[in-house]
Amino acid sequence: MSELTDLGIAAIRDGVAGGEFTATEVAGAFNSAVAEANPVLNAFIVTTPDHALAAAAKVDAARAAGEALGPLAGVPIGMKDLFATQGVQTTAASHILEGFVPQYESTVSQKLWDAGAGMLGKLNLDQFAMGSSNESSAFGRVISPWRATGETAPRTPGGSSGGSSAAVAARIAAAATGTDTGGSIRQPAAYTGISGIKPTYGRCSRWGIIAYASSLDQAGAMAHDVTDCAIMLGAMAGFDAKDSTSLDLPVPAWAAGLSDDLRGLKVGIPREYRIDGLNADVAKGWDDGIAWLKDAGAEIVDISLPHTKYALATYYIIAPAEASSNLARYDGVRYGLRDLPDGAGLQDMYAATRAAGFGDEVKRRILIGTYVLSAGYYDAYYTQAQKVRALISRDFEDAFKQVDVILTPTAPSAAFVLGQKSDDPLEMYLNDVFSVPASLAGLPSMSVPCGLDRQGLPLGLHLAGRPFDEQGVLNAGLAIERRAGFTAKPAKWW
Amino acid sequence: MSVAPADVAKIAALARIKVTPEDLAAMVPELNGILSWVEQLGEVDVTGIEPMTAVIPNNLRLRADVVGADPLTGGNVRDKVLANAPAPEHGFFGVPKVIE
Repeated sequence: MSELTDLGIAAIRDGVAGGEFTATEVAGAFNSAVAEANPVLNAFIVTTPDHALAAAAKVDAARAAGEALGPLAGVPIGMKDLFATQGVQTTAASHILEGFVPQYESTVSQKLWDAGAGMLGKLNLDQFAMGSSNESSAFGRVISPWRATGETAPRTPGGSSGGSSAAVAARIAAAATGTDTGGSIRQPAAYTGISGIKPTYGRCSRWGIIAYASSLDQAGAMAHDVTDCAIMLGAMAGFDAKDSTSLDLPVPAWAAGLSDDLRGLKVGIPREYRIDGLNADVAKGWDDGIAWLKDAGAEIVDISLPHTKYALATYYIIAPAEASSNLARYDGVRYGLRDLPDGAGLQDMYAATRAAGFGDEVKRRILIGTYVLSAGYYDAYYTQAQKVRALISRDFEDAFKQVDVILTPTAPSAAFVLGQKSDDPLEMYLNDVFSVPASLAGLPSMSVPCGLDRQGLPLGLHLAGRPFDEQGVLNAGLAIERRAGFTAKPAKWW
Repeated sequence: MSVAPADVAKIAALARIKVTPEDLAAMVPELNGILSWVEQLGEVDVTGIEPMTAVIPNNLRLRADVVGADPLTGGNVRDKVLANAPAPEHGFFGVPKVIE
């Protein structure tokens, strides 16, 4: 039998339900794997082995009593440290929230515990989810379990959900939550050879998720494969009156609806994504994906999304603008860090606290956001960006009159070496070029692994669907997964 | 449009972030790089386009006007609200003196 930590959500749940092993054995195996790997990979900011064991004991007792088990019964997962977890430090990987212990549980994490999952710990991320490499965390960078062939240079697990992607890829968590504002689930999933889905904006409650850019933030699932993503997302999604943008719609039975028979499906290939100098391995992965979807019965259609080239600049106005407003709450009064210099008044305390508590990238985005919202610049920057966002969204609406899903690469390259892009914020932002447009339009989208590049590093393909059509995205993802035959895992070096 | 050190100092003051002269020297070129890059949006024809605020159409709901209808958000949780405050005093948030 393979090791318990090699198993994903469906295999663990079914094994526990069938009595092949107990949930307690599974939790113990993952707790040990976390304890061994975390000093090296730094995927978790805090570990919570007792939480995992307590959840497992409940599942084992429920099974012994013959009670019905939840869809994630006995599955130990990692929780991105952006979700408020009652009694467990929640930091957004920022010094300004170090020591913050929520008095309540986020809606999404509560739903996962109700489904039978247990928590291995709180996963590292880019500070306030602002970043694409996990290097902006105040608790140290996460090291990807993946290395290029014949190299030992530490690589990024992607960002912002880099602790999540590293933990799932290293098989020290069976699955993990992520949040996605401009690609923070999909890009790290692609960089680490796992699957990740961001649902339609509004599917998952934002209540209890530390806010970055509220019109874009969505929680989602990161897991071994498409089936596990469907199971986990189904447990996370659902209406919540405490989030004013929550969708009051039933949650479809995505896992039960999975099918890789794509006959009748039309797949759009947007010509604007064939950017100059597209990495040859990424281009080949994209071509493979087209062939696999054809093989599954889909029809391929060339489409145009004419405002694609403006998506990134639009994002880097709208997201910082919303962030500058959301992060105004960190003032040294109600929670988190307080820096009160001798003799300082209230205003000085605010400024000193925020200077000491926020990292460089967070400050950069707050300043950009403050600038584009300030008198005299608001219309030229912020209103203009909101109008271009409407055009980008309209491009997708037009495209979805012709096609059902859109296939592109997830990221412009495989994972880069840590430190390689940290000197130039603009170069870092370009990592999100393929994932940001779907975020701006609020579309369900996912990344699935498609192969390894010539350095032996994983690459991902990106599927975006119509609003509310997570099923179409998952099914196309499943068709790729079954044909790509991606089984590569990072060799254990830690 | 580009920003000078005095502009960045003003933005930082608006954002309530203390900056040193060294911070300013590093931030000015970075912010100018980002701002000159986002300028490209100015070339997009947006005639007749409404600014997008909500990406998925949704209606804002009103909840029933009942105190404490949701125990998580309904109030009467003073100690929980203050549990993470850096300087709680007598059931209030403590702040430095604001009246001379």
